[in-house]
This record gives sequence, structure tokens and C-alpha cells, in this order.
Amino acid sequence: MTEPRKGALPASADMPVWSIVRGRDGASLTLSGRWIGRETALPRFTAQDLTANASRETARTPAPGGRGDIAPSSPAIQRLACDLSGVSAWDTGLIAFLWDVRQACTEAGIRFDSEPLPSPVQRLLGLLPENARPAQGASRRKGRPAFLERIGGGFIAMLAETGAIAALARQTMQASLRILSRRSGMRRSDLLNDFASAGPSALLIVGVVNFLIGAILAFVGAVQLQKFAAGIYVASLVGIASVREMAAVMTAIIMAGRTGGAYAARISTMQGNEEIDALRVFGIPISSYLVLPAVLSLVITMPLLYLYGCLIGMLGGYVVAISMLDITSLGYFHQTVIAFGPGQFVFGLVKSIVFGAFIGLTSCRIGMKAGRSAADVGIAATRAVVIGIVGVIALDAVFAVIANSVGI
Amino acid sequence: MQDRSSPSTLHDPHATETGPGGPVLTMKDVTLAFGPKIIQSHIDLSVRRGSIFAVMGGSGCGKSTLLKSMIGLLRPSCGTFMLDGEDYWAGNDRRRTELNHRFGVLFQNGALWSSMTLGENVALPLQMFTALDSASIRQMVSLKLALVGLLDAIDLMPSEISGGMRKRAGLARALALDPDILFFDEPSAGLDPITSARLDDLILNLRDGLGATIVIVSHELPSLFRIADDGIFLDAVSKRPIAHGSPKQLRDRCTDPQVHAFMNRQRNEKDSRP
Repeated sequence: MTEPRKGALPASADMPVWSIVRGRDGASLTLSGRWIGRETALPRFTAQDLTANASRETARTPAPGGRGDIAPSSPAIQRLACDLSGVSAWDTGLIAFLWDVRQACTEAGIRFDSEPLPSPVQRLLGLLPENARPAQGASRRKGRPAFLERIGGGFIAMLAETGAIAALARQTMQASLRILSRRSGMRRSDLLNDFASAGPSALLIVGVVNFLIGAILAFVGAVQLQKFAAGIYVASLVGIASVREMAAVMTAIIMAGRTGGAYAARISTMQGNEEIDALRVFGIPISSYLVLPAVLSLVITMPLLYLYGCLIGMLGGYVVAISMLDITSLGYFHQTVIAFGPGQFVFGLVKSIVFGAFIGLTSCRIGMKAGRSAADVGIAATRAVVIGIVGVIALDAVFAVIANSVGI
Repeated sequence: MQDRSSPSTLHDPHATETGPGGPVLTMKDVTLAFGPKIIQSHIDLSVRRGSIFAVMGGSGCGKSTLLKSMIGLLRPSCGTFMLDGEDYWAGNDRRRTELNHRFGVLFQNGALWSSMTLGENVALPLQMFTALDSASIRQMVSLKLALVGLLDAIDLMPSEISGGMRKRAGLARALALDPDILFFDEPSAGLDPITSARLDDLILNLRDGLGATIVIVSHELPSLFRIADDGIFLDAVSKRPIAHGSPKQLRDRCTDPQVHAFMNRQRNEKDSRP
């Protein structure tokens, strides 16, 4: 037997070290030191360590933490046995190294003799696949599609989603018509719960936001209009802005963030718990049982919240105008009343109903198509809020064009 | 009616020299409660190093609660919980975190982090608590997943795999830091008999290969008879342990009617439940 040649690196007694000693019957892989995988990066072993060096007089110094020497010899290795008598401590790091060795032996056509190994090591090696190379990355992801493919895929998905929302809207409409014949499948308690959540519970935040919006409008208007001695028109400015745009849009944005996100999270959680599957198995229509109460509650509460938002917004404007300008309460009230006609009120009301239906339908749809994991619930809620807000603003732009063309 | 004040003991719960090793985990007169509601009281147990210790009992008796207290998620209302002679709750949070690194836990449904692949699930503890470089972490992740037969699923998300695979992936993650104590909460629940038997083999191989101590909460009698060599039986009515011993001993020698009925899968005549 040939003595192992010591490597050039100085090694402490605890350092994991390997060397191959060649004899007549085969080679022996001798390991010593502490082979604790979580403490230090252990050496790797590849087929090159056996084949490239087997017929040459080379010393190999592998990766940090280890040192490998192959003693000089002439014949190729036929069999490799392991000697772990010098190993002072080990964990699965040793198993990972021996797995490498076994796979390297398989690749090099060398028989790996596991019999001399201690029983626990043999048992763990026995659990590992013979010829599988460890995968190259724990975070390796599937290949991403090309840029144009992603754009095309996104566009097709958007069209498909628009169609799905339209189909859901149709089913919900049909279910709402069945309410008249009391065959809708919607539970009254669900509607009342959703109504309470979308209505009374939202009064405070809708009131605060609209008050502040009205006050800000009045403040900005007052600063400018005072220069032209037209301070009284602050009332017109706040009134028209609230009735025509701000109350409906701000209330819808609040509801998209507050209620739409909650609906999406609730339905996606139900998806994860297989509750939606259970409803489908029973034949309970999702559109009637889940979507209709959500949409209906928003369609009912949004116009009411819009009216409330208008009043509170005008109140905010009034407080600022009275405190900053030399106008009376009666004057402010009179100027507000004559500022806008009923058409603008109706326009705002219609917008708020459409916004409510849009938020309800999209948030329910996003919840229904969400994945089944905890992360998917968060993604669904976020998506519902973002799509709700962007959609409300986009719809408002469409309404502005329509209003312009019909002369409101 | 049998006196439940002293549990039917088929061995000394604090024996130190019997079986595979001395005690690694000990509970003395522990009471577990949620506020005023007592779940279990007067728990005395000792888990020997290298053994597989079963926590048994009917549904709702507090088995999982006991497991939670063993892994530091629930502080006992009274009593002491010792880990290798050290009072677990006497130290500060930092010390308890250090002690927790000795634990590997397989939760009932795997409890995999759903936003990560299986490989990332196993890699996270290594990234957080070791100084290993990414190549070494990849090597260890591959090994742990290969040990449970999931090397090919390294890039899959938890939502893309079956319940049995999820449990095995949870086991691979539990093994990430090479813990010396493994806790399994209902490992066989919801698995078919073949998968369940394979999981039993895996548990035995891991115990023998890694020398780990294993605490297992389960109702699966065939599995318990096969792998567990010690245990405790909790009673939901008296809210205290009523027997100590291996599942086989409890099945063959325990005289308590409820334990006997449970271990032999018979109806207890005194139980009025349907």
C-alpha cells in the first residue's frame, strides 16, 4: 500500500480532510477531521478527482475546508472503499460528500464499496438515489418566456379576463333578477353582513376623506379667487367638484381599497380551504351565493355614500370658506344650490352605481381565480385594490367623455 | 371507576439508563392551559436520546398542544420543561432560539412557505443560521430533498405537489439544520397506507442514520406499533396522562379500559359518544 502524500496546506485537526490511498485490491478514501456541514463549507468530490488524477502523480487541494491528496500509482482504480476512522464528528455534510463520491464512482465506472461504512452512514446513503446528480440550484426557476411572448400572453390574458368578468356580470344580473322570485340562492344574512361592511362601517373614513377634499378645494380656490374679489365662487367650485367628480371618485377609491380588497381576500381564502369547490359540488352557484351579495351591497351603498360624501365635502368647503373669506352661511348655501343642476347629481349617482358594480365584480373575480396558498391571498387582495383604483379612474375618464358629448 | 390520579406506568418515566440513551427532554408536573381553560395537567415524561416517543390519545385531548409546548410555542402554566438538563423557559429569548435550533418540526400539513419553492423552503434556515456559501447550501438542500425522495421536485411550489410530498418536503425542511430532536405532528394523517409505511421507514432510517430523538404525535396505530418505543397516553376527560409506555406495551399490558380500547381499536363501553 502506498502512503498518502500530505498536502501543502496546513490543516488543523478539526479540518475535514480526504485522501485516496491506492492498494492492490483498489483504492481507499480516507477521511478525517470534523465533517459538520452546517459549520463549514465541505469539499466537493467529482469524477475528475478519480479519473484525471488516478493515473498521474498529482496532489489535489479541493475547495475550502478540505484537502485531498491522491497518492501516485500506475493502474486505474477498480474499487473504492471508504475509511472513516479518522472522522471525529459528522452530520449530513459527510453524507453529502459521500454521495458525491458514490456518484463520481458511478460516472467513472468504479465500484463504490459501502460495506466498510458505519451502519448509520450506510442507511442514509441507502436513501439517496444512485445516479442522480444534485440539482444545480435551490432557487432555479423555470425558463421565462421572451419579451414579446410575455406581452402577447398578457394581452390575451387581459381579453380573456374581461370576458370572464363580463360573463360573471351576466350571471350576477340573472341571479339578481331571480331575487324577485325568491330563487336567487342568496342568503339574506350574507347580504346584510356585506351591506353593513360596505355601508355603515365605511361612513367614518368616507366622511373624513371627503371633508378634507372639500376643505382642500376650498382653500386652494379661496387663495386664487380672493385676488379677483370672487371669493363667493368657492362655494360653486366645491359644490360642482364634489357632486360631479370628487365625491364619487374618492368614495369609490376608498371602497376599492377597503371593501374590494376584503372581498378578494375572503374569496381567495375560501378557495384555499376548498370551500368554493364544496359549493360547486353541491351545485350552489357562486354568482348567487358569493358574488351577488358583494355586488348588490356595493351597488346599494355606493350611491348613498356618494350623497353622504357630497354633503360632507361641501361641509368641509364651507368650514374653510367661512373661516377664510368674508361670506355668510346663507350666501355660501345659496351659491352652492345654484351652482349645479339635477343632471350633474344624476350623473354622479350613475357613476357611483357603476363604480360599485365594477369594484364588486372585479374583486370577486380576482378572489375566485386566485391560487390556494397564503401568499396568493395577499396577491389577490393587492391586485383587487390596484385594479379597483385604476379601473375607477379609467371609468371616470370614460364618463367625462360621455358627459362632454351629451352636454352635462 | 378506575382511579386516574396515578397514571398506568409500564416503565419509570424518569428512567435514565434504560433503552437507547439517557433523557434528552423531560417534563415534570407540567400543566398546559389557554387562559383559564386547562388542556392537560400533571404531565410527567422523559424522552430518551435516540428513541421514538409517541404522544397518544383521542381527538381533542391536547396532543398537539403538548407538542407545541415541547417546541417552545406554548409556555406551560406550571411545571418544568428541561432540555438536556437545562430549564428551557429559564433562559431569555435568545437562548431559547439557540435551543430551538436543536429542533426540527414536521407540522401536520407540512407548513411549507407557500411563496417559495421546495428548495428555497429548505435553504432558508441554512441561509439564516449558517455561514455556508450558496454552493454549499445548494449541496445541502439537494441532499435533504434527496433523503426524502424529492430531489426532482426541488423547483416546484408547495401548491404544485401532493399532500404526501408536502409532508416529505416538510420533513426535508425540518432536517435542514441537522437537528438532534425531531417532532412530527400527525405525520401519517391523510396518507394512503403505502405512503404511510414508506414514511415510517424514512423516520426509522433517519433515527438510525442521524441518531436523532423523535417525538411523534399520532393516532395511526399500525405506524405507532411499528416505530415508537416509548410514549404517553393523554386523557381528554380527566385532562391528564393516564398511561406511560410503548404503544405495544400499552396495547398488550395496560389495564386502563380507555387505553386498552384505544390501542386495540375497540369501543370503550363507558364512552357515550356515537
